Amino acid sequence: MQEIIELLNYPFISRALIVGISISFCAALIGVLLVLKKYSMIGHGLGEIGFASLSLAVALGLPPLYVSIPILIIASFVIMAFSQKKGASGDVVIAIVSTGALTFGVIITALTKGFNIDVCNYMFGSILAMTNQDVIISIVLSILVVIAYVIFYNRLFLITYDEEYAKASGINVTFYQFLLALVTALVIVIGMRLMGTLLISSLIVFPAIISKRLTTSFKGLVIVSAIVSVVCFVIGIFVSFFMNLPTGASIVAVNILLLIIAIIVSKIMKR
Amino acid sequence: MNILEINSLTSSYNSNIAIEDITFKVKEKEYLCIVGENGSGKSTLVKTIVGLQNKDKGSIKINLKSEEISYLSQSSLKDLNFPATVKEVILTGTQKHKKLPFYTKEDHEEVNNICKTFGISDLLNKKIGGLSGGQKQRVMLARALCKNPKLLILDEPCSGLDINISRELYKTLSDLNKNQGITIIMVTHDLTEIKNYANRIIVLNRTIKYDGSVKDWKGI
Ligand SMILES: Nc1ncnc2c1ncn2[C@@H]1O[C@H](COP(=O)(O)OP(=O)(O)OP(=O)(O)O)[C@@H](O)[C@H]1O
Ligand SMILES: [Mg+2]
Repeated sequence: MQEIIELLNYPFISRALIVGISISFCAALIGVLLVLKKYSMIGHGLGEIGFASLSLAVALGLPPLYVSIPILIIASFVIMAFSQKKGASGDVVIAIVSTGALTFGVIITALTKGFNIDVCNYMFGSILAMTNQDVIISIVLSILVVIAYVIFYNRLFLITYDEEYAKASGINVTFYQFLLALVTALVIVIGMRLMGTLLISSLIVFPAIISKRLTTSFKGLVIVSAIVSVVCFVIGIFVSFFMNLPTGASIVAVNILLLIIAIIVSKIMKR
Repeated sequence: MNILEINSLTSSYNSNIAIEDITFKVKEKEYLCIVGENGSGKSTLVKTIVGLQNKDKGSIKINLKSEEISYLSQSSLKDLNFPATVKEVILTGTQKHKKLPFYTKEDHEEVNNICKTFGISDLLNKKIGGLSGGQKQRVMLARALCKNPKLLILDEPCSGLDINISRELYKTLSDLNKNQGITIIMVTHDLTEIKNYANRIIVLNRTIKYDGSVKDWKGI
């Protein structure tokens, strides 16, 4: 305990904690919607595109956020548009685009800086990556996400549960879908250097999958997901620090452990 | 008064024309059934009416406010593990004419009252995926009846239900039509069951094959 409190005196740790808690909270909120709508591949695809954008930023010598934000927002809209198309299977498009982006990122990296510790950090996350700018952006983003979530909560539930009925009720479903895509892109941009581009999507997916096994109501799902997400993050980041493991990987490991526990608990409860 | 006027309506999926040159009118308080074989375009027709499917040609005139129409889709078989309670689902029926989707005290009261009428009050806090087919259809109907709709459009509300439960549901619909004057347009396969209730049927097979009373329908 003493050790943990001492750790908080390191600015890089408190930065990582603030950014991580806000981002894992937001990720859980949108993750609930993405998982139930079966859009979770979007997060994964955007992570890989995020890797390409980081490689590009490094190659061009530009600040990562300035390159990643526009690229990911555009990519999220394109992916969302494809997911909506009847017939055309969205997951195939995502698979092609995201592996393409990963390849592109790897080639640029190989041609410019070569593979070094930075690349590993991009892919699996680093606790050192957060700046003061990230702290401010992530706090502002989470406040906005929470406000929007509260205002549109019942709408979001309706669209997630029954999109056809929502449309027939005259609700502009497309607007909410693109809003969701936008928020997803922003959460991934901010979270990906901490969590790693290959692992950031698990921050979105795992809490919802874990909580889905434990709750009967949508409200319960949202609340439990948010708690699970933040708790796993905090445990994971300390594991990462003490065992000197990549941040993203440690957090995902905690999530996986919790998922296994949730599966066992839900099996027992059903009996 | 005509509640709905459809004129030479055509709608297709890519190059596959699902319904063609459909023309009919629906009067207030009518109980109209749309029948036809699988793939004859019944769902396409009702989807086009509620705006879920684009039309290629023709016109649809509805003399109601959009929030006075309620639609119950055919495929209500959703993810059984979807975490949502019956109450959460039924409440969404009150969102139709809301700018901001907050539920008021009246909304909650209305849902409670409708559930009493349908005998599903004890299900309110159950998970929607855990209900039986008949219970689920009653929940969906309860949602469709929120905010006193004037026109109820139902796409095979009884598919997959056993005959007794279907009969009960048809009876409920018939009562709603008679007592509350709700106009009903229902897609169904059960001609034998609904002939006691519906005042009119439309037989569809891409185009309208028959439009008239159930008694006079002799089959093709
Ligand atoms: N989403 C779709 N994409 C492409 N074609 C479709 C789609 N939905 C329906 N169709 C086609 O349109 C035609 C009419 O289909 P529709 O679903 O309206 O029939 P239906 O009368 O409701 O059938 P059922 O009794 O099986 O519900 C069919 O030939 C079907 O193959
Ligand atoms: Mg149909």
